[in-house]
Amino acid sequence: MWIQILVLGSTLLCALMAIRASRLLVAALWLAGCSAFLALSIALLGAPEVGVVELSVGAGLVTVIFVFAISVAGEETVGVQSVVPRPLAWTLMALFAVLLVWLCVPGLAAPALPRDALPFLRALWVERSLDTVLQVAMIFSGVLGSLGLLAERRTPHARQAGEGAAP
Amino acid sequence: MSVSIWTIVMVAVFGLVAIGLYGLLIIRNLIKIVVALQIFAKGTILVMVAAGAMSGKPAVGQSLAITVIVADTVVTVMALALAIQVRRWSGTLDTRVISRLRR
Repeated sequence: MWIQILVLGSTLLCALMAIRASRLLVAALWLAGCSAFLALSIALLGAPEVGVVELSVGAGLVTVIFVFAISVAGEETVGVQSVVPRPLAWTLMALFAVLLVWLCVPGLAAPALPRDALPFLRALWVERSLDTVLQVAMIFSGVLGSLGLLAERRTPHARQAGEGAAP
Repeated sequence: MSVSIWTIVMVAVFGLVAIGLYGLLIIRNLIKIVVALQIFAKGTILVMVAAGAMSGKPAVGQSLAITVIVADTVVTVMALALAIQVRRWSGTLDTRVISRLRR
């Protein structure tokens, strides 16, 4: 119980620091910490498979992509003036809090975790095999799309150099 | 009154989603908007796992959580690629300046 509180508290602290950090690289590193603590918390909740995926994808891959993107786009500290007025942001947050508490209160008295009749791997690969295949297709389309977006247009000079190099 | 573990998880979910929402509302830097979106999605992942366990179907909740992780990663990659292109063409990551370019 206490370790769960500690881990979830660290997750929230990392998330808050990621939002408050003024440098982009620091924000990306706090986000990686948040992801690692969340993975630990999910593993403690009894879902180690999801924790491992979150750790490898959320803390590993996404951080690498963030650092790459920041190094390409460059550090740029945008002024602190916010998109919406801060009072409006806080009002919307309060509204959201009321809504969430209203949604969650019946769920607070939930019974203890029962043992599952449907094993996780069966649910993922048999019951939801179509979704899993679609996810694989989505990952590849995302990778190809980002490669297409990042690609440089070939300049005439580069084309000539390419043709010159070809036999 | 003894506090259940799920109450603590729900408080953490609320915290993560609230921090992400606050970030999305006030941040103007395109890359930091993606950071805020990631934090929002982390709250969603946690609530998927918790809701599956609370409703007695942990496997369904966990497989949906993996779906959310995958979709969120693809969204992040695409958003960062778009941010790089925006920076390349407009020279800035500030959303206000970019929206002013349209006019």
